[in-house]
Amino acid sequence: MTERYDIVIIGGGPAGLAAAVAAREAGAGSILVLERDTVLGGILNQCIHNGFGLHHFGEELTGPEYAGRFAAQVRGPGIECRCGTMVLAFGAGRTVTAVNDRQGLFTVQAGAIVLAMGCRERPRGALNIPGFRPAGIYSAGTAQRLINIEGKLPGREAVILGSGDIGLIMARRLTWEGCRVHAVAELMPYSGGLKRNIVQCLDDYGIPLLLSHTVVRIEGRERVQSVTVAAVGPDRAPIPGTEKAYPCDTLLLSVGLLPENELSRAAGVDISPVTGGPTVNESLETSLPGVFACGNVLHVHDLVDYVSEEAAAAGRHAAAYVRQGGAGAAGPALPVRAQNGVRYTVPAVIRPAALADKAPLRFRVDNVYRDKCVTVAVDGAPVARLRRRILTPGEMETVPLQRQWFQNAGPQSRVTVSLEEV
Amino acid sequence: MEQHDIVIVGAGVVGCAIARELARCKADILVLEQGADVCCGTSKANSAIVHAGFDAAHGSLMAKLNVQGSRMMEPLSRELGFAYRRNGSLVVCLAGEDLPRLRALYENGTANGVEGLELLSGEAARAKEPNLSPNVVAALWAPTGAIVCPFGLTIALAENAFANGVRFRFGTKVTALAKTGAGWRLETSAGPVAARCVVNAAGVWADVLHNMASAQKIHITPRRGEYLLLDWRAGRHHVDATVFQLPGRYGKGVLVTPTVHGNLLIGPTASDIEDREGTDTTAAGLAEVAQKAALSVADLPLNTVITSFAGLRAHEDGHEFILGEPADAPGFFDAAGIESPGLSSAPAIGVTVAQMVRERLRPAENPAFDPHREPMLLTKLLSPEAYAALIQKDPAYGRVVCRCRQVTEGEILDAIRRPLGATTVDGIKHRVGARMGRCQGGFCTPRILALLAQELGVPMEAVTQNGGDSRFVLDAGKNRR
Repeated sequence: MTERYDIVIIGGGPAGLAAAVAAREAGAGSILVLERDTVLGGILNQCIHNGFGLHHFGEELTGPEYAGRFAAQVRGPGIECRCGTMVLAFGAGRTVTAVNDRQGLFTVQAGAIVLAMGCRERPRGALNIPGFRPAGIYSAGTAQRLINIEGKLPGREAVILGSGDIGLIMARRLTWEGCRVHAVAELMPYSGGLKRNIVQCLDDYGIPLLLSHTVVRIEGRERVQSVTVAAVGPDRAPIPGTEKAYPCDTLLLSVGLLPENELSRAAGVDISPVTGGPTVNESLETSLPGVFACGNVLHVHDLVDYVSEEAAAAGRHAAAYVRQGGAGAAGPALPVRAQNGVRYTVPAVIRPAALADKAPLRFRVDNVYRDKCVTVAVDGAPVARLRRRILTPGEMETVPLQRQWFQNAGPQSRVTVSLEEV
Repeated sequence: MEQHDIVIVGAGVVGCAIARELARCKADILVLEQGADVCCGTSKANSAIVHAGFDAAHGSLMAKLNVQGSRMMEPLSRELGFAYRRNGSLVVCLAGEDLPRLRALYENGTANGVEGLELLSGEAARAKEPNLSPNVVAALWAPTGAIVCPFGLTIALAENAFANGVRFRFGTKVTALAKTGAGWRLETSAGPVAARCVVNAAGVWADVLHNMASAQKIHITPRRGEYLLLDWRAGRHHVDATVFQLPGRYGKGVLVTPTVHGNLLIGPTASDIEDREGTDTTAAGLAEVAQKAALSVADLPLNTVITSFAGLRAHEDGHEFILGEPADAPGFFDAAGIESPGLSSAPAIGVTVAQMVRERLRPAENPAFDPHREPMLLTKLLSPEAYAALIQKDPAYGRVVCRCRQVTEGEILDAIRRPLGATTVDGIKHRVGARMGRCQGGFCTPRILALLAQELGVPMEAVTQNGGDSRFVLDAGKNRR
């Protein structure tokens, strides 16, 4: 017999756990969290550095501590967690098929589904870096797991390509473990990571950050023996003559995170080509009714605190969906267009009738900008202008939405979010 | 000194095909391989195509064995349980001036005995494959063209040979070869070995071995081919047939093909190099692959590339398979110059060379020979009922390790524990596909290292990608400065 749950949450990392806690608080009676790892907490468990929780808990926690607080909150009646459980598929009828070593292959029926599968790292292969394919090339997160969970060192001499936050954190972590980090090369003229990580993880250890540089060659038949870095021009193509070879045994890659939406795609959820995550409305509901998304599976976040906040909202909306028997909001659904420096927005659709006051609209910009106004407009008429001194691609931006902005919007209206001159 | 009836040098697809055919007779057979596993060289990095046989020049050994191998492959896939799919091949013509060449190919193929060849108009070709480029003016359709898993084929041949008594020794290089009264003496990195017959299936090294045995020198050039592999999101949705480009106005061309795993493979380039281990990719080569592939197939989703690689074809100066005993080296049997269509021809090369060896040794039949091999158990291919029952029996099949390709702990343990099982991370990849998906091992590598270490009874630090010094990790505690 098929088991039934009010809400099934796919993923027991920070997003899934926060969604579960909020859904229970919002009155959902039975919640099932399906987690593929053997413990709850997701990638936070290997993020043993501090800096988590400043916004959410008002104190500085390590990743495992942050995860532990949520793992403690999900304990108790109403929330069942199955770890070591891989979801193989879900369908538009909100059935979820999963497998583990205890219940075997099973299917559950959900009143609502919350997608919280997180993201994965872009691998070497996706970059077409020329050269050999020896051992010693890791994505930064894999190296982090090897060091922090398995207690193994990936190598003694490293070059890091990409200045995403995990790469920056790992530059410091490797240094602490006695590995020499020769350089962090970044293709773009700016870092994709947080400023504080550049200062605390590179500058403090004298590790050079080579902006507008990339890896053009990997040598080594068995294990990495050297990595060649070259400067790139404005077209991001390597500039001949600028090559420099670094003898090393390890290359770490921190070149982007990709929301893990394989299950969503298979189920027919609409995916944004910009974020790689589902397109959602103001209630974080995807194109499939009753299927919600939050956290890094929706769009890659900079801070876990915002993941928790977003996931709690998804949990509340999922609970409301179950409570109301799935009735949608009345009134228009306004598409949101990101333009003029704004890469995307979450949500991508706003139904004013369902909009909670101060619901955050989140986005990222496509370059470094100074002194701009983040402008929200309805049918071209600005309804909000928020001045920002600096905007960078590495940091997520938030605009608290107000329902009154959309009170005159009709069914054909369009919302735009853009950067404008002050 | 250790003595064998037959020593086969090289455990690629050709060496394994010959070994498996020779296992039909009562003989003491040893396969020597310098790599850490079977299928470590040319056999692992190629187009994974079973060519129909229209390309090789009529009357050549290549043409004969290609067509024969193509006919053998499908029944062999059932006998040995490896992935094979007859998806058909299209050779597309991109310029009207090249049409006579397309017709010549059709006629060559027909003369070679390839069944079902058909010349199609551009429209008819696009009706078959809607994503073909509008540039395609005509095409040759070969319904017997197929795709195969080259690792699956090689491993199946090797396992079946092993199950029938053939022994394998990995990580062993042949350094010298000399004729003795009763046969041959091989110096290897693991000591000398004597054999009544030696089979040369040494791939890009086959000329080196041959030239140790015979004064009639041969010369092999490693011809590098670079490839891009796309995610299965691209895979069969883009083209179902293998799309070749007719050599002509735009040069040699590259192919675009689905793989049996559902990915899309494009390539190869062709550049002659000196280095017999030069399997490195180049920026120019990868760019050439992308640019040429776009000539025949429209809107290739090149943003879904998951990996790139290069393989080396063993191109002999005469561009022909060299099979059999040189006149001055009785008991030394070549299977040299095996470049494309080598994978397609491998089953036929196996039969041909085994027959030559048998004629010299005249061994008795092996009455215990069992041609069947149970296919690897892959949970992804099971019905829900069968999968559920399997987990009941062994819960390890309920623990998914490689999430991209849905490979469970049970499958990985089977890959290690089975006869001639995996001893390296690549060995697991080639047997069950773990680390072959879109994340390329980002999540599952630490778990695979741990399982290999546990099963091999070694620390994780000793586990390698593919033998030698290809280690993944050092002990953190012992390496602090």
